[in-house]
Amino acid sequence: MSVGRRQQLLYFLALHRTGLLVGLLAAALLVYPCLQDNPYTLGLTNLIAINAIVVLGLNLFIGYTGQISLGHAGFFALGAYGSAIATVTAGLPPWPAIALVALLVGLIALAVGIPVLRLTGHYLAMATLGFNFVIHTVLLEWDEVTGGPSGFSGIPSLAVGQWAFDSEIRLHYLLWTVTLLCLLLSLNLVRSGVGRGLAALAGDETAAAALGVDTRQAKIKVFVLSAVLASLAGSLFAHSFGYLSPDSFGIFTSTDLVTMVVIGGMGSIWGSLFGAGLITVLPEWVDLFETYKDFVHGTILVLVLMFLPQGLVSGLVDMIRIRIALQRTKNAAA
Amino acid sequence: MPGYLPHARSQTSTGGQVVVMYQDLLQYIFSGLTSGAIYALIALGFCVVNNTMGIVNFVQVDFVSLGGMLMFSALFTLGLPMVPGLLLAVAGVAVAAMVVERFGLRPARTDNHLVLIFLTIGLSIILRGIIKLVWGKNRMALPPLTSDAPVSLMGASVLPQTLWILALTVIVIIALSLFFHKTSLGLCMRAVACNPAAAAIVGISAGRIRLTSYAIAGALGGLAGVLVTPITTLSYDVGVLLGLKGFAAAILGGFGSFPGAIVGGLGLGLLESLSAGYLSSAYKDVVAFVVLLFVLCIRPRGLLGRK
Repeated sequence: MSVGRRQQLLYFLALHRTGLLVGLLAAALLVYPCLQDNPYTLGLTNLIAINAIVVLGLNLFIGYTGQISLGHAGFFALGAYGSAIATVTAGLPPWPAIALVALLVGLIALAVGIPVLRLTGHYLAMATLGFNFVIHTVLLEWDEVTGGPSGFSGIPSLAVGQWAFDSEIRLHYLLWTVTLLCLLLSLNLVRSGVGRGLAALAGDETAAAALGVDTRQAKIKVFVLSAVLASLAGSLFAHSFGYLSPDSFGIFTSTDLVTMVVIGGMGSIWGSLFGAGLITVLPEWVDLFETYKDFVHGTILVLVLMFLPQGLVSGLVDMIRIRIALQRTKNAAA
Repeated sequence: MPGYLPHARSQTSTGGQVVVMYQDLLQYIFSGLTSGAIYALIALGFCVVNNTMGIVNFVQVDFVSLGGMLMFSALFTLGLPMVPGLLLAVAGVAVAAMVVERFGLRPARTDNHLVLIFLTIGLSIILRGIIKLVWGKNRMALPPLTSDAPVSLMGASVLPQTLWILALTVIVIIALSLFFHKTSLGLCMRAVACNPAAAAIVGISAGRIRLTSYAIAGALGGLAGVLVTPITTLSYDVGVLLGLKGFAAAILGGFGSFPGAIVGGLGLGLLESLSAGYLSSAYKDVVAFVVLLFVLCIRPRGLLGRK
């Protein structure tokens, strides 16, 4: 009887592992500000939340369609500056502005994606880099609209009625709610029929096409989705910090985002959270040796790619699984 | 004013204006050819590695900065004269490139392109970090190869460094084509580019070819860095934009094609300087990339690329 109970419990846990993990994460995030009320630390975790939204989208694109994008900082920038211009210059209310900007960025991604996604490999890397570069230059040079090199300041906080998201703790709840929603969206997407098709596409494009996946459309759809997520993250970034500088949206930001995806594991949704967290926090840890930052960053990326090309999280999980399986066969043999 | 051309002088009332326009155009063409030659050198480096290994080597970007930095140290720390300094800097970058290949890329035993491209991005971040540690973040100035008094050529005033860049680029291109067609190592490299499996079967060592292609890519990038930094300034990240333009040039010409890299480089350089001159200097980089995107959409394999 008790064995049956135990098995039932294990089966329940295995069946609902995703939901339980998300629930657990949500509960941890709910109580986190009670344990940690240092605004600096909270600001850092808020930044992780924002980066995680971009990385989730980018990971869908890189990990589930097997394409390269070195231009997502461009969409992030469009979202951030779009919200800033819509609310400060055009005087729109913030919430509709976010939706409007996300819609526009989606359309831009569609317009860019339809011709560019016919390319593959190096050509795609170049095209997306070029896109990011163009956006960055426009931010720097069109200073009557974007504020140029000195940046864009005075962006209002988001608010529900009188209740403004203006402190780190309030932002914590707002940002992590959005991040968890995006996480759920991604987790559900990759387990749906469409998501399985995408995984096939990442594995082998020809095989996926032969199995009836419309690869061209699938790539464009995921590209647009990832651009919209990046834009949403950008809008939240603008409203959370109230100030934007073009430096935050250069091509190095794009390579940082790609690093987060790779370290978390291409195609690993949970890994995206981990990658975003690690790379965001890392500069703070190695704060003492600010000069070594690039070096440490690059070394981690290279080591992960060399020894655990499927990413730190999936790589370690795989290693443990193999260990357990080997142990089992050994026990069975004995 | 020196340098009026005879046929330009024979123009009548609007002649002066025509001459000025002509001189402007010539000036833009010269500056376009200068940066175009630099892009072509970098693009050739990208192509060499792509042909033998099938990857985009983003470390190329930092070979350019490293070339300038080594030249700076050779001149001011070691006190060498110009020519030995240049040779030392170029050789130094070639050695560094071989180290990158041997200890950075070869241990990764994977043929997943996504992983290899991201790996070169990681190596590029490391190399840039090392350059920043050794030489610092300050901007430095490198003297030109010879005097910096402009000479007038066909009505345009040209820096001697420009002439050096054009001359050395031509020499390098000739030397490269001799290398690829007349030496056995060059023939081996072309064999690998053509069909790696068949090349391995006839006994061409893959490791040696990979090392050589990295050395060539490093030397080309380093030379570009040594030549261009007296015109721009020298800093740890000077290579990033130049390198990306070189990459763009290689793509524009058709990735992997050597004539394509040269045509793409010169084309991109001219396009950039003409749009800076006649449209807007602030957006010249944008024009270059927009044209690149446009070309890629119409002809995805580049101007001279093979199917």
